[in-house]
Amino acid sequence: MKNRLKVLRAERDWTQSDLANELGVSRQTVNAIEKGKFDPSLPLAFKIGRLFQLPIEQVFQYD
Amino acid sequence: MSNSAEKIKTSTKKVFVWSAVWILATAGVAFGPKNLWNFDTWITIIAVVIHIGIGLVLITALRQNLLAMDELHRKIHLDAMAWSLGIGLVLGCTYEMLEDIKLITFQPEIPHLILTMSLAYVAGVVQGIRKYQ
Repeated sequence: MKNRLKVLRAERDWTQSDLANELGVSRQTVNAIEKGKFDPSLPLAFKIGRLFQLPIEQVFQYD
Repeated sequence: MSNSAEKIKTSTKKVFVWSAVWILATAGVAFGPKNLWNFDTWITIIAVVIHIGIGLVLITALRQNLLAMDELHRKIHLDAMAWSLGIGLVLGCTYEMLEDIKLITFQPEIPHLILTMSLAYVAGVVQGIRKYQ
Protein backbone atom coordinates (compact mmCIF):
# COMPACT_ATOMS: atom_id res chain seq x y z
CA MET A 1 0.00 0.00 0.00
CA LYS A 2 1.33 3.45 -0.96
CA ASN A 3 0.74 6.57 1.08
CA ARG A 4 1.33 10.32 1.03
CA LEU A 5 2.20 10.60 4.69
CA LYS A 6 5.69 12.00 4.15
CA VAL A 7 4.40 14.69 1.75
CA LEU A 8 1.50 15.65 4.02
CA ARG A 9 3.84 15.82 6.99
CA ALA A 10 6.36 17.94 5.08
CA GLU A 11 3.60 20.34 3.96
CA ARG A 12 2.89 21.06 7.62
CA ASP A 13 6.58 21.21 8.49
CA TRP A 14 6.19 18.47 11.09
CA THR A 15 8.92 16.08 12.15
CA GLN A 16 8.26 12.35 12.43
CA SER A 17 8.29 12.80 16.21
CA ASP A 18 5.65 15.55 16.01
CA LEU A 19 3.40 13.30 13.96
CA ALA A 20 4.07 10.31 16.22
CA ASN A 21 3.05 12.37 19.26
CA GLU A 22 -0.14 13.51 17.56
CA LEU A 23 -1.03 9.93 16.67
CA GLY A 24 0.06 8.37 19.97
CA VAL A 25 2.53 6.00 18.31
CA SER A 26 6.32 5.76 18.21
CA ARG A 27 8.52 7.60 15.72
CA GLN A 28 9.63 4.22 14.37
CA THR A 29 6.01 3.42 13.51
CA VAL A 30 5.59 6.68 11.58
CA ASN A 31 8.86 5.99 9.75
CA ALA A 32 7.80 2.41 8.87
CA ILE A 33 4.43 3.65 7.53
CA GLU A 34 6.08 6.38 5.47
CA LYS A 35 8.49 3.90 3.93
CA GLY A 36 5.64 1.52 3.13
CA LYS A 37 7.13 -1.19 5.32
CA PHE A 38 4.14 -1.30 7.67
CA ASP A 39 0.45 -0.88 6.90
CA PRO A 40 -1.44 0.79 9.75
CA SER A 41 -4.62 -0.65 11.21
CA LEU A 42 -7.92 0.81 10.09
CA PRO A 43 -8.36 2.87 13.31
CA LEU A 44 -4.87 4.37 12.93
CA ALA A 45 -5.48 5.06 9.23
CA PHE A 46 -8.71 6.90 10.14
CA LYS A 47 -6.85 8.82 12.82
CA ILE A 48 -4.24 9.88 10.26
CA GLY A 49 -6.95 10.93 7.81
CA ARG A 50 -8.73 12.93 10.51
CA LEU A 51 -5.49 14.60 11.58
CA PHE A 52 -4.80 15.80 8.03
CA GLN A 53 -8.51 16.48 7.46
CA LEU A 54 -8.53 14.20 4.44
CA PRO A 55 -10.47 11.05 3.53
CA ILE A 56 -8.41 7.86 3.96
CA GLU A 57 -8.20 7.24 0.20
CA GLN A 58 -6.41 10.57 -0.26
CA VAL A 59 -3.73 9.46 2.18
CA PHE A 60 -3.46 5.74 1.35
CA GLN A 61 -3.67 4.11 -2.07
CA TYR A 62 -3.92 0.37 -2.52
CA ASP A 63 -1.38 -0.92 -5.10
CA MET B 1 7.57 12.40 26.89
CA SER B 2 4.22 11.49 25.31
CA ASN B 3 1.48 9.77 27.26
CA SER B 4 1.86 6.48 25.33
CA ALA B 5 5.65 6.45 25.84
CA GLU B 6 5.12 7.05 29.56
CA LYS B 7 2.61 4.17 29.67
CA ILE B 8 5.09 1.79 27.98
CA LYS B 9 7.87 2.87 30.35
CA THR B 10 5.70 2.24 33.41
CA SER B 11 4.46 -1.15 32.20
CA THR B 12 8.00 -2.22 31.20
CA LYS B 13 9.22 -1.29 34.70
CA LYS B 14 6.44 -3.45 36.16
CA VAL B 15 7.52 -6.39 33.97
CA PHE B 16 11.13 -6.06 35.19
CA VAL B 17 10.08 -5.83 38.84
CA TRP B 18 7.71 -8.82 38.65
CA SER B 19 10.27 -10.84 36.66
CA ALA B 20 12.80 -10.26 39.43
CA VAL B 21 10.24 -11.20 42.12
CA TRP B 22 9.28 -14.34 40.15
CA ILE B 23 12.95 -15.39 39.82
CA LEU B 24 13.37 -14.95 43.59
CA ALA B 25 10.20 -16.99 44.22
CA THR B 26 11.48 -19.69 41.83
CA ALA B 27 14.75 -19.82 43.74
CA GLY B 28 12.77 -20.03 46.99
CA VAL B 29 10.76 -23.04 45.75
CA ALA B 30 13.83 -24.71 44.26
CA PHE B 31 16.21 -24.32 47.19
CA GLY B 32 14.00 -23.44 50.17
CA PRO B 33 12.67 -26.92 51.05
CA LYS B 34 16.17 -28.37 51.43
CA ASN B 35 18.09 -25.36 52.73
CA LEU B 36 15.57 -23.25 54.67
CA TRP B 37 12.63 -25.26 56.05
CA ASN B 38 13.79 -28.90 55.89
CA PHE B 39 11.02 -30.12 53.55
CA ASP B 40 8.16 -28.99 55.82
CA THR B 41 5.16 -29.89 53.61
CA TRP B 42 2.94 -26.94 54.54
CA ILE B 43 5.65 -24.33 54.05
CA THR B 44 6.49 -25.93 50.70
CA ILE B 45 2.83 -25.85 49.63
CA ILE B 46 2.58 -22.16 50.64
CA ALA B 47 5.80 -21.40 48.73
CA VAL B 48 4.46 -23.16 45.60
CA VAL B 49 1.13 -21.28 45.81
CA ILE B 50 2.97 -17.96 46.22
CA HIS B 51 5.20 -18.89 43.26
CA ILE B 52 2.18 -19.60 41.05
CA GLY B 53 0.46 -16.38 42.23
CA ILE B 54 3.50 -14.28 41.40
CA GLY B 55 3.70 -16.05 38.03
CA LEU B 56 0.10 -15.05 37.28
CA VAL B 57 0.85 -11.43 38.22
CA LEU B 58 3.88 -11.55 35.89
CA ILE B 59 1.70 -12.84 33.03
CA THR B 60 -0.76 -9.97 33.63
CA ALA B 61 2.11 -7.45 33.68
CA LEU B 62 3.44 -8.86 30.38
CA ARG B 63 -0.03 -8.61 28.83
CA GLN B 64 -0.39 -5.00 30.03
CA ASN B 65 3.02 -4.24 28.55
CA LEU B 66 1.94 -5.69 25.21
CA LEU B 67 -1.29 -3.67 25.27
CA ALA B 68 0.61 -0.46 26.07
CA MET B 69 2.74 -0.80 22.92
CA ASP B 70 1.74 0.85 19.67
CA GLU B 71 0.59 -1.47 16.88
CA LEU B 72 3.97 -1.84 15.15
CA HIS B 73 5.78 -2.81 18.34
CA ARG B 74 2.95 -5.13 19.34
CA LYS B 75 3.28 -6.85 15.95
CA ILE B 76 7.06 -7.15 16.38
CA HIS B 77 6.64 -8.73 19.81
CA LEU B 78 3.78 -11.04 18.76
CA ASP B 79 5.83 -12.24 15.76
CA ALA B 80 8.78 -12.88 18.08
CA MET B 81 6.49 -14.78 20.47
CA ALA B 82 5.25 -16.92 17.57
CA TRP B 83 8.86 -17.78 16.67
CA SER B 84 9.67 -18.51 20.29
CA LEU B 85 6.65 -20.78 20.74
CA GLY B 86 7.20 -22.56 17.42
CA ILE B 87 10.89 -23.15 18.02
CA GLY B 88 10.16 -24.24 21.60
CA LEU B 89 7.57 -26.75 20.45
CA VAL B 90 9.49 -28.18 17.48
CA LEU B 91 12.94 -28.29 19.09
CA GLY B 92 11.48 -29.23 22.48
CA CYS B 93 9.79 -32.35 21.10
CA THR B 94 12.93 -33.41 19.24
CA TYR B 95 15.20 -32.61 22.17
CA GLU B 96 13.01 -34.62 24.54
CA MET B 97 13.36 -37.70 22.26
CA LEU B 98 17.14 -37.46 21.83
CA GLU B 99 17.92 -39.37 25.02
CA ASP B 100 15.30 -42.05 24.29
CA ILE B 101 16.79 -42.73 20.86
CA LYS B 102 20.35 -42.71 22.29
CA LEU B 103 21.64 -39.67 20.43
CA ILE B 104 22.60 -37.92 23.67
CA THR B 105 23.67 -39.44 26.96
CA PHE B 106 22.41 -36.73 29.32
CA GLN B 107 18.86 -36.03 30.52
CA PRO B 108 17.12 -33.20 28.58
CA GLU B 109 16.38 -30.34 30.97
CA ILE B 110 13.55 -27.76 30.91
CA PRO B 111 15.98 -24.82 31.51
CA HIS B 112 17.66 -25.64 28.17
CA LEU B 113 14.30 -25.25 26.46
CA ILE B 114 13.52 -22.02 28.35
CA LEU B 115 16.91 -20.61 27.32
CA THR B 116 16.34 -21.58 23.67
CA MET B 117 12.88 -19.98 23.68
CA SER B 118 14.22 -16.82 25.34
CA LEU B 119 17.01 -16.53 22.76
CA ALA B 120 14.49 -17.10 19.93
CA TYR B 121 12.29 -14.34 21.39
CA VAL B 122 15.16 -11.85 21.68
CA ALA B 123 16.36 -12.71 18.15
CA GLY B 124 12.79 -12.27 16.86
CA VAL B 125 12.46 -8.83 18.47
CA VAL B 126 15.86 -7.69 17.13
CA GLN B 127 14.98 -8.98 13.64
CA GLY B 128 11.59 -7.22 13.80
CA ILE B 129 13.09 -3.90 14.87
CA ARG B 130 15.65 -4.09 12.05
CA LYS B 131 12.98 -5.05 9.52
CA TYR B 132 10.86 -1.98 10.22
CA GLN B 133 13.73 0.52 10.65
